[in-house]
Amino acid sequence: MASLGSFLEVLIGGLLSGVLYSLVALGFVLIYKASGVFNFAQGAMVLVAGLALVRPLDWLVAHGFPNWAAIALALVFAGAVMALCAFVIERYIIGPLLNQDGLTLFMSTIGAGFILEGLGQMVFGSDVYPLKLYPTDAWFLFEGLFPGGVLVNKLDVWGGLIAGVLVGGLAAFFQYTKTGRALRAVADDHAAAQSVGIPISWIWFVVWLVAGLVALVAATVWGTKLGVQFSIVFLALKALPVLIIGGFTSVPGAIVGGLMVGAGEKLAEVYLGPFMGGGIEYWFAYVVALAVLMVRPQGLFGERIIERI
Amino acid sequence: MKRIKLCAALAVTGIAALAPAAFAQTANEQFIPALVYRTGAYAPNGIPWANGTSDYYTMLNERDGGINGVKIVYEECETGYATDKGVECYERLKGKGPTGAAYVAPLSTGITFALTEKAPGDKLPLLTLGYGRSDSRDGAVFGWNFIAMGSYWTAADVAIQHVAKEMGGFDKLKGKKISLVFHDSPYGKEPIAALEARAKKDGFELKLIPVTHPGLEQKSQWLSIRQDKPDYVLLWGWGVMNSASVKEAAAVNYPRDKMLGVWWSGAEPDVVPAGDGAIGYKALMLQHGAGRAKIHDDIEKFVYAKGNGAAKGDDAAQAKEGQVLYNRSLLNAMIGTEAIRTAQKKYGNKPLTGEQVRWGFEHLDLTADRIKELGFEGMMKPLKLTCADHQGADLARVHQWDGKAWKVISDYYTADRTVLDPIVKATAEKYAADKKITPRDCSKEE
Repeated sequence: MASLGSFLEVLIGGLLSGVLYSLVALGFVLIYKASGVFNFAQGAMVLVAGLALVRPLDWLVAHGFPNWAAIALALVFAGAVMALCAFVIERYIIGPLLNQDGLTLFMSTIGAGFILEGLGQMVFGSDVYPLKLYPTDAWFLFEGLFPGGVLVNKLDVWGGLIAGVLVGGLAAFFQYTKTGRALRAVADDHAAAQSVGIPISWIWFVVWLVAGLVALVAATVWGTKLGVQFSIVFLALKALPVLIIGGFTSVPGAIVGGLMVGAGEKLAEVYLGPFMGGGIEYWFAYVVALAVLMVRPQGLFGERIIERI
Repeated sequence: MKRIKLCAALAVTGIAALAPAAFAQTANEQFIPALVYRTGAYAPNGIPWANGTSDYYTMLNERDGGINGVKIVYEECETGYATDKGVECYERLKGKGPTGAAYVAPLSTGITFALTEKAPGDKLPLLTLGYGRSDSRDGAVFGWNFIAMGSYWTAADVAIQHVAKEMGGFDKLKGKKISLVFHDSPYGKEPIAALEARAKKDGFELKLIPVTHPGLEQKSQWLSIRQDKPDYVLLWGWGVMNSASVKEAAAVNYPRDKMLGVWWSGAEPDVVPAGDGAIGYKALMLQHGAGRAKIHDDIEKFVYAKGNGAAKGDDAAQAKEGQVLYNRSLLNAMIGTEAIRTAQKKYGNKPLTGEQVRWGFEHLDLTADRIKELGFEGMMKPLKLTCADHQGADLARVHQWDGKAWKVISDYYTADRTVLDPIVKATAEKYAADKKITPRDCSKEE
């Protein structure tokens, strides 16, 4: 019975961790969906959003602002910083490369990522900045059934709820709003969308802004978990297998991919790790992703691309 | 004619441009490179170190005019804690200054491993205060590494001594479970040999739990610990891994006062981000901890009062309060510069080569009086390095985080050399055989 309890604990913990990866993966999906660009700067955007939130928040609290007002003002400031980032990236990095090869656009986001990392640390600092926006203690469920109960961390549950709300909101945005439909048209073909009068600059600004705001949401959760610090950029590496599994164009796919990666890597680490020297979860996530690719090259929810020759 | 004039003008301009460089070559300056990381994943731990080193050298220049009149010139090189960048920095800076670099402090076990191969060829000492290759205590084999004050094996042995003391004696360790949560890198793996030796001697079960760089996500490791219920957890992390471990321990309700970190897991950046979850967490001290000594007054007077301090803005507390890593960096800089001062007694008060500075390291004798004179009283015990012993001390203490500050909770422990010396000897001999090194005969060294 104890081992079933332990298994459930690892499984639930893994699924919820996976949802936290999905929060980062969503930013990738948004930009890929709207522009066909794999945004390598997404991890750096999470870092910048987190720093732009926590530094003013600390300052406001230190200057006597009540917590709720400080959080609200800091969120507005961080949102404005992400809007500025979206504007600069669209105007000076992605915009001039309109209709260029996808690889060129990808490389430009690598450059943008390094610039954001460097500037973010230069402007806001490179220390660890604690952030506490959500509870971090744990529930112990089914204590009557399993000795010690099944541990579920409240922060992970908050992450899951936030991801659910985000996915619902984004799905509605893409499906039911004019801008959302225009985004999908631009993603299909930049030139064709432009020819029917869709303002590509505006659309790209909107999508980078939304991705920036999603990065801000991810930063609130990961910042609470780890403190806001440079290492947050490495979350991009955790999001990659999620994207491979879920597909680069599917918002629900990012969630399902996250669940699979989270559960897979945690179960592997706990149950296979001891036989393999441990520390396997980082690469095991990619094993799961590659296994999915062998069966469905476009990912579980990705669009199947058929080109006639 | 015009062409000749032009050539002459260019030549004059060129000579004028080169003149400062030529002057610098003959200047009475001792160059010391500083391999640091102020950016990247490990910056929160790297910044206080970089600031401490910079402040100490600046203080010596301002207060004393350098070391016996030889001004210290230092240059930082950003490694990002990456071995390749560290080697690049070493290569770029080793030849700078009138006599080349005096010594190099790599501030990374990975970089130390790489430079251990290069330093003998360059005749350049590596000062690795409390990190690096534990077997480099053997100066006969590792002629250029100086693991002054303590190695990871010292730390591992003292950690087990402290756990035994808390449990009521070494006999109580039998049958107990101790888990080592470690950074999956040369640094994190280094204590394993000593811990295995102690496990064999004391009869406890050692469980190894690696955490992959940078250690952001450790849920599975800590869920394993929750299931396994070890009697003690030793933490061998660096950077974000430390605070993430403490946070995860809090999340799974593992008692923080049953956790003991190595001295690289026991500084302010390791506990502050974990908030109240870090209360009760313990860590080893490389003799010193947090807090001020006389040296901090001198740094305030000769560096910060003149606006030359390296720790500015949010970092100011590092110097003002004497935070753990800032203090360790001061010790590191002091030991390095005292080695130069020692070498000057033999070679004269002038810029020295790395080889001459090595002589200084091998004859370094920091007595209690000298430590007091230098302003470090209370931060370290006397230290004496020799040709055969490049470590010179086996001491460590334990401090505990109370939510606001580190409090010293133990007296000095002395690592058990009957356990550690055979491992040092065996691994050093193997290294010498693998690398075809003929160990020096230290009895014949002057």
